[in-house]
Amino acid sequence: MSGTQFIFLVTAGVTLAAAVMTVSARKMMHAALWLVLALTGVAVLFALLRSSFFAVVQVLVYIGAIAILIIFSVMLTRRVVQEQRPRVNRLWWVAALLALMLFTGLVATLASWNGLYPTGQAVAGHPEDIGALGLALVDPAGFVIPFEVASLLLLAALVGAVFIALERKGGMQ
Amino acid sequence: MLADWLYIGIFLIISLFLPSVALIVAGILGPKKPNPVKNSTYECGVETFGESLTQFKVQYYLYALVFLVFDVEAIFLYPWAVAYQVQTVFYVVEAIIFVLILLFALWYAWRKGALEWV
Repeated sequence: MSGTQFIFLVTAGVTLAAAVMTVSARKMMHAALWLVLALTGVAVLFALLRSSFFAVVQVLVYIGAIAILIIFSVMLTRRVVQEQRPRVNRLWWVAALLALMLFTGLVATLASWNGLYPTGQAVAGHPEDIGALGLALVDPAGFVIPFEVASLLLLAALVGAVFIALERKGGMQ
Repeated sequence: MLADWLYIGIFLIISLFLPSVALIVAGILGPKKPNPVKNSTYECGVETFGESLTQFKVQYYLYALVFLVFDVEAIFLYPWAVAYQVQTVFYVVEAIIFVLILLFALWYAWRKGALEWV
């Protein structure tokens, strides 16, 4: 077993354990902090895949912004912070069965799906070449439409959140 | 490139190791003679009352959200800026459109007063 494999196994184990803790932690704030650890593990996995740009993006966007956003929204919710209700109810086995069926269905569908294997266009050049990625983002033959649509998506997210948040604030006062 | 990340990993392990060693060794070696005054919360000023996990203002959330939007914008513009030397005018105009759409988002948040701390 090489050193890279060892690091991968440790990282994968920590990431999976943190993900399990995220959904099973009793306090929402602790779940948010476990989520940060899981996202850090994913960043390490990106680095192991020699995709430095995405490792940095993972840290900057997911840990630096989205996790903070989740923590703020946990702090915004009243009373839910200390909620200690029982985590299972009478119908837990129905939910488990449905989740298992959905999981097998998804695996069966994805196993026969061609999209898992890169058939379309890929960004040319070395994977660490960020300039090639930048050119592909604005190239009319590349990804310029997704690039501009991403900007519109961000606009819609901001407008929607400002609307909802200010509406709520007005209702409280 | 992987070797560069190895250094970051080594520093990460050291930075987790040193503080935990300091805490654990202090916990093992330190004499323990507790009394009520020693066990009270170390508090500078008045002791807190009520629950510390109260509801926060919605402004924190809005600030984080505006930050997220412009964080993602910076991520998108970084590869574009790296490739700036080999671009034509058309490519630059596309990036300007991208920024203008997001400037509109900033203008909207500003007009709605989302950036004001009340």
